[in-house]
Amino acid sequence: MAKQSPTADPILQVQNLSRVFDVSPPWLNRVIEGQPRQLLKAVDGIDFSVKSGETFSLVGESGCGKSTVARLVVGLYGPSTGQIIFEGDDIGGLSRREMAPIRRRIQMIFQDPYASLNPRWRVKDIIAEPIRAFHLAHGGAAITARVTELLEQVKLTADDGQKYPHEFSGGQRQRISIARALASEPDFLVCDEPTSALDVSVQAQILNLMKNLQRELGLTYLFISHNLAVVYYISDRLAVMYLGRLVEVGPARDIFKNPQHPYTRMLLDTIPDLEMSGRERLPVAGEVPNPINPPSGCSFHPRCPFANARCRSEAPQPRMVGSTAIACHGVEENRIIEAAPVANGR
Amino acid sequence: MALLEVDQLRVEFLTRNGTLTAVDDVSLKIEEGEVLGVVGESGAGKSMTGNAIIGLLEPPGRIAGGEIRLDGQRIDNLPYEKMRKIRGAEIGAIFQDPLTSLNPLYSVGQQLVETIRTHSDVGLAAARSRALELLNEVGIPAASQRIDHFPHQFSGGMRQRVVIALALSANPRLIIADEPTTALDVSIQAQIIALLKRLCRDHGTAVMLVTHDMGVIAETADRVAVMYAGRIAEIGPVADVIKHAKHPYTDGLMGSIPVVGQQTERLAQIEGAMPRLTAIPDGCAFNPRCPKAFDKCRQTRPDPIASGAGEVACWLIEQEAHHG
Repeated sequence: MAKQSPTADPILQVQNLSRVFDVSPPWLNRVIEGQPRQLLKAVDGIDFSVKSGETFSLVGESGCGKSTVARLVVGLYGPSTGQIIFEGDDIGGLSRREMAPIRRRIQMIFQDPYASLNPRWRVKDIIAEPIRAFHLAHGGAAITARVTELLEQVKLTADDGQKYPHEFSGGQRQRISIARALASEPDFLVCDEPTSALDVSVQAQILNLMKNLQRELGLTYLFISHNLAVVYYISDRLAVMYLGRLVEVGPARDIFKNPQHPYTRMLLDTIPDLEMSGRERLPVAGEVPNPINPPSGCSFHPRCPFANARCRSEAPQPRMVGSTAIACHGVEENRIIEAAPVANGR
Repeated sequence: MALLEVDQLRVEFLTRNGTLTAVDDVSLKIEEGEVLGVVGESGAGKSMTGNAIIGLLEPPGRIAGGEIRLDGQRIDNLPYEKMRKIRGAEIGAIFQDPLTSLNPLYSVGQQLVETIRTHSDVGLAAARSRALELLNEVGIPAASQRIDHFPHQFSGGMRQRVVIALALSANPRLIIADEPTTALDVSIQAQIIALLKRLCRDHGTAVMLVTHDMGVIAETADRVAVMYAGRIAEIGPVADVIKHAKHPYTDGLMGSIPVVGQQTERLAQIEGAMPRLTAIPDGCAFNPRCPKAFDKCRQTRPDPIASGAGEVACWLIEQEAHHG
């Protein structure tokens, strides 16, 4: 398990992926009150690919569908349309039995370390569960040795295995979640806001740990977060999501340095300024619209200062501009003027 | 005289396993119209300090020592009814979760009118027009229709605007804002901070802004107090504390925040975690995690020592003073 540098061949490819949820009122209400069926397009035809050994991040505000993508990739939801291709095989429509060997290789770390660990199990049993389930070690002694190794890998001690989750702080619990995820010897980790519930000093510990583990084990991360500073620190490439669609996908450094989509610019402008340069932020008007009834055309147009008639009627498709794919009519038509000094020093 | 003076405040919890000290000898001042940021990690005692000031400590928590003075008058020992008059009229409060701060069974207009009429002697019509004025001021679109809507019909950001309108309704001189933007999305967070800043400047309201987010403090506060394990580690003008942190904890905290635009291979990290209230170490509470700790830190607890325009509770400062 040597250090793998990001290679050209993608380990995961997502093509035209959609997931629709039925949020209709109950049948009786529909019949009596004549209410129509209501569908929520949580993920609406997205494409991206993740290279082996890299960290690919999804950023967006709550309700934009980023967690749905995470759940689709690990197989907790099935896709409505589109493909999820893991090492050349479409895993989107697989049955539980067919999915099992792939599930060993794709593991997930959840946001809330208080809810994702069984409070009635000892830590050693929590971590041993994937080892037993996938028959990765045989016999009590071998399993115990493997659990100890995993605990030490996440900077806990063998004695911690005897304790219950409530005896640990939030940061230590997240370490346990990581140890459990690593127990099945995965290649691909889906991390859904893994540090959002933690304090900043603990967040730094967990982020450093994740970076070290990636280097040691050659892991690939799909990292989901709303915190742009965290995403900047950890990502190789990133995708900005808005109302179920990707608006900008590309190398993290390029996007942070030169954001092109108006929504990306707006997001970057919301980062509080720790340098205290006295720069006045321009808070953007408006809020994320209701995804049940999204705006026509480009879903960002009601909040976009550059929107015109075409933006209101026609949904933009992603186009490559340099190294990034951008879904914006304004960028295509060169209408986006340098408004705020967003790119300065970023 | 400062608007608010907190003098050696001590908050204790009586539990089956003995007394826990959640806030320990905290002293701070807030001047008229000033924004004081109180920052710290969860369990540092920052919300507890805020709750003690507005008299909303939940039992078994209680103020076990010290004084809180508003305009020179003690408010920490007032009877419940008297304190209730001060809350709202003199000190407003904004909490983290706007949904739990609003009554779901009344329209936002009814709640505003009730609050306005509790604190000033005005008629129904006058109170309603004042409510409408407030809703316009906090930037709620179509306020004349929205005034009759219920909290669940508002989005999170709009609800927090309503809560700010409620807090401002009696023109208090001090607002305690406890994590006002934590539950909100980043784009909404920027809007709410800008709003809070503008309104407090216009009304001359002082704010105690309790948060774990250094970025929010950097943008909003005039001075900042950094809390650790129930005590103030460092207090001073915001630029000094953020750019030239003197306490090793503040320094570590600043280093552990990832910053966009800074290429870092590894974040600075403080090893370990904040001690639980049941196991606060002897001497300086930070000493087991401090890279610069020496013998004195393990034995004697440092009191805040004046340094520059602020105060730092760290023996290193004293050492420097001796050598320098």
